[in-house]
Amino acid sequence: MVGIKSFSAYIPFFRLSRKEIAQFWNGFPGKGEKAVANFDEDSITMAVESSMNCISGFDTAQIDELYFASTSSPYKEKQASALISTALDLRKDVFTVDLAGSLRSGMSAVKTAVNSIKAGSANDVLVCASDIRLGFPKGSYEMDFGDGGAALLLGKDKVVAQIVDTYSVADEINDIWRSDKDTFVLAWEERFVREKGYLRVLVETASAAMKKFGLEPKDISKAVLYAPNGKLISGAARKLGFDMKTQVQDTLYAQMGNTGTALAPMLLAAALETAKPGDKILWAGYGDGSDVMLLEVTDEIKNYKVKRSVEKQLNEKKMITYQKFLSWRELLQSDPPARPPLEKPSAVSLWRDSRKGLSLTGVKCLNCGTPQYPSQRVCFKCKTKDQFERYRFADKLGKLVTFSHDNLAPSLDPPTTVGAVDYEGGGRVMTEITDREMEEIKVDMSVRMSFRRFRVVGSIYDYWWKGTPVR
Amino acid sequence: MESIKDKVAIIGMGCTKFGELWDKSPTDLIVEAAYEAFEDAGIESKDVQAAWLGTYFTGLTGQVLAKPLQLDYIPITRVENMCATASDALRNGAYAVAAGVADIVLVLGVEKLKDNGFSGLPDSEMVTGINLTESTYRARTLTGPGHFALLATAYFAKYGLSFEEGRKLLARIAVKNHKNGALHPKAHFQKEITIETALNAPMIASPLGLFDCCGVSDGASAAILCRADMAKNFRPDPVLIKAMQICVGPAEGYISQDYKWTHIEETYRAGLKAYEEAGIKDPAKEISMAEVHDCFSITELAIYEDLQFCGRGAAKEYIESGFFDLDGELPVNTDGGLKCFGHPIGASGLRMMYEVYKQMQGKAGPRQIKNPSLGLSHNLGGTPGSSTISVLIAGN
Repeated sequence: MVGIKSFSAYIPFFRLSRKEIAQFWNGFPGKGEKAVANFDEDSITMAVESSMNCISGFDTAQIDELYFASTSSPYKEKQASALISTALDLRKDVFTVDLAGSLRSGMSAVKTAVNSIKAGSANDVLVCASDIRLGFPKGSYEMDFGDGGAALLLGKDKVVAQIVDTYSVADEINDIWRSDKDTFVLAWEERFVREKGYLRVLVETASAAMKKFGLEPKDISKAVLYAPNGKLISGAARKLGFDMKTQVQDTLYAQMGNTGTALAPMLLAAALETAKPGDKILWAGYGDGSDVMLLEVTDEIKNYKVKRSVEKQLNEKKMITYQKFLSWRELLQSDPPARPPLEKPSAVSLWRDSRKGLSLTGVKCLNCGTPQYPSQRVCFKCKTKDQFERYRFADKLGKLVTFSHDNLAPSLDPPTTVGAVDYEGGGRVMTEITDREMEEIKVDMSVRMSFRRFRVVGSIYDYWWKGTPVR
Repeated sequence: MESIKDKVAIIGMGCTKFGELWDKSPTDLIVEAAYEAFEDAGIESKDVQAAWLGTYFTGLTGQVLAKPLQLDYIPITRVENMCATASDALRNGAYAVAAGVADIVLVLGVEKLKDNGFSGLPDSEMVTGINLTESTYRARTLTGPGHFALLATAYFAKYGLSFEEGRKLLARIAVKNHKNGALHPKAHFQKEITIETALNAPMIASPLGLFDCCGVSDGASAAILCRADMAKNFRPDPVLIKAMQICVGPAEGYISQDYKWTHIEETYRAGLKAYEEAGIKDPAKEISMAEVHDCFSITELAIYEDLQFCGRGAAKEYIESGFFDLDGELPVNTDGGLKCFGHPIGASGLRMMYEVYKQMQGKAGPRQIKNPSLGLSHNLGGTPGSSTISVLIAGN
C-alpha cells in the first residue's frame, strides 16, 4: 500500500490585509488577507521549514528520493533540491529532483513518487512544494497570491492515506505564465483564463478521473481542489456535483491566499488533519493540464500526531503594512544604509562548509561529551584533538541567553534581532532571531531553529539558520 | 619567568588631535605624532634604532612608518591585534628594549578611518579574511554595537536592572566621559552632555543608544622608549613600565554555554596577570587612575568589575557614588576615553598611554589628578566572548 506517511503545511507568520492594498491604490477592497513570507524567506527556506516539521520523528535514513516543486526557485540554473536535502541532513545518495514550471508540479511530484515507490526504486520519498509568487503591484494577482509551503512523506508502510489511483491530462494554454524575462505573473483576459483555463480543464479532468476510479460525487468524503482565488472554487465544485458546505475543502483564500504550487498539498494537509479512517479524498490540481488522485484514509490516521496544524498556524500571525511588503520584496527603492557593502560569499568556503554549516551540524566530543558548533578540530573544553562525532543542532530547542535589536545591521526589515542561543543538551550559536515581535524577545525565552536566507550578494543566495520564538 | 617591571621607560610621547580630520593624510598624522614625541624626548629621528608600527586598516608592512618619517634602513615591524593594536606595538617595542637589542625605540599607532564614506569600520571580513578561514555562516550580521549590546542585555538581566534603569546607569558613564573630554583640547568631542541627552538620542543597537557608542576618528599617537637606567639622561620625569600583559581568548564565548555575557573573561585574566607582574595587591586602592577601553558604555562598566575596581554586580553603586569621576577615588578615562577622545583603532592604545604618561608627570592640566603613582591602560580588541585584551601599568 503506497501512500502518505506524514504531512505538513507551512504558513509564514505575516499577513497583509487585502483592504490595506486596496486603500493604497484607491482600488476595490478585496476580502481577507494573504500570507506573506518574511524578508528572509523564499521557496527554498519554506520547503525546508515544512519538511523539517514533516519528517520530525521519522527515520530519515529511509528517504531515498527528494522532490522539490516550485515556480519560484531562487535559481534558474542550480538545483534547489540538492540544497534542501543538505539543509535537512538527508543521506548523500538521495535522488534529488526539482520540478518547476507548473502550479501542479507539487502533485506531479507526488505522482512520480508513488510510481517510484511502486516500482521498488525507493522506500520513502519526501515531496516538498512551496511558492512565493509576485503579481504586479495594484493588480488582482497581488491580492490573490499568498506565500507558503507543504511537505509530504510518502512510503509503503504505516501510511495515513493510501494513494489509490491517479489520472492526468496535459493541456497547452497561455492562460497564466511567466517567462524567463518576467518578475511578475502574467495572464490573458480574465474571462478566458476562467472559462477555458481553470474551470474547463479542472472540471473535465476531475470528472474523467472519477469515471476511471468508478466513483460518483456522493462517494467522495472530501474534494480537495486547487483554486486560483476565492470565487472559482464554488463554480468548479458545483459543476463537479459536490456540495460546497459538506464535501469541499476550504481553499483558505480569505486567510492565506493562493499559494501557487504549494496550495494543493497545503489543502491536502489541512484535509488530512481532520480526516477519519475510510474517508475518500479526491485531490485535484491545475496548471497546463491537471493531476487528479484518489486517496483513502487508513486506520493509521488515529495514531498520527499533527505537529503544527494549519489551524494553529492560521491563528498565529502578525499583520504587516503594504509598505513593509513592498520593501521586503524589494519593489520599493529606498536609501541604502551608510555601511560598508556586503562581501560576496566565497563559493569555495560555502562548499567546504555545506555538509555541516548548511544543516547546522556541529560535533560532540567523544572524550568529554560537549556539543559544539561549528565543528572543531580541538575540543574547546578538554582540548582533545580530532575525537568527535557529528551532532546536529537544527532540530534542537534552545534558550536565548542574550540579545540586541540592532538598527545598524543592514536589513530589509530593521532592527535585526541578534542573540546567543544555548541548546538543550549543550552547544551554542550566535545568530539572528526572526519572525519575532520585538516586545516578546526576552532573556531565557525558548527558540527553535528555522532555515533562512542571510544575504544575496553576487547572485549567490547564502542560507543558514535563525532562531524563532516557539509558539 | 622575569617581569618587565622597571626595565623600560617612556621618555617621550606624542598624540595628534583625534577627530574627523578631513584635511590630514596618514602621513600628516604619523609625522605630527612622531615629531611631538621626538621633541618631548629631546631626540631626533636618526636616534631611533628600531620601530614598531600599530595599524589595523591604514597599510601593510613597517614601510607605512619608514616612508613619511624618512627612517633610514632600521628594523620596523607592523603589529596588528585589532583594537588592542597600539598597546601590543608598545609591548613589542618594550620587549626589544628589555632584551637589550635596541636602546631607543619608536612605537607609533595610526588610523585613517574617515576616508571611507560611512560611519563605522570597513568590513573586516574583507581585510582579515576571518570568515573565509572558518565557517562562512557564523554571526556575520552582528555589528560592533550589536556585539556589545549583548553584554548589556545579559548584565541588566543578571542584576535585575530594568531596561530604563540600565540605560540610565550607562548614560551616567557617557556623561562622565563627556565631562572629562571637554577638558582635553585634542579630544574628538569636547562637549558636556546631560543624562537626558544620552537617553533621548537615537537607538543604535538596543539597549545601546548613540551616546553609548564611541567616536569613529582619525588620529595617531607615539611613544619613545629606552632602557630604564638611561631614562634620566633624557628627562627628569620618565615614566616606568610596571606591567604589560596581553590575554587572547579562543572565542570560547561564541561556542560555550559557560560564558554568560555579563563580563569579559580576557579582561579579568589580563588584569590578574598585570597586577601580579606589577606587585599590586589591591587595585582599587593602589591604582591612581585608569584609561580603559570604553568602546561602548557597557564595556567600561564590565571593565570596572573585571579589573576588580569594584566587586561583581557593584558597578551601579560605584558609578552612582562618583567613584570613577575625575575627582573620585579612582578616576577612569580622565581624557574622555574612546567615547570622547575618539577611536582611531590602531592609535587608541598609545593615546591611552599618552594620558597615563601626562597624568604621572603632573602635566594633565585641568584634568590633573592628585598624587599620581600608578596608571593603568586597558585596551580591548574583538568582542565579548572573543577578545584580545591588553593591560599595561606604568608609574613613577
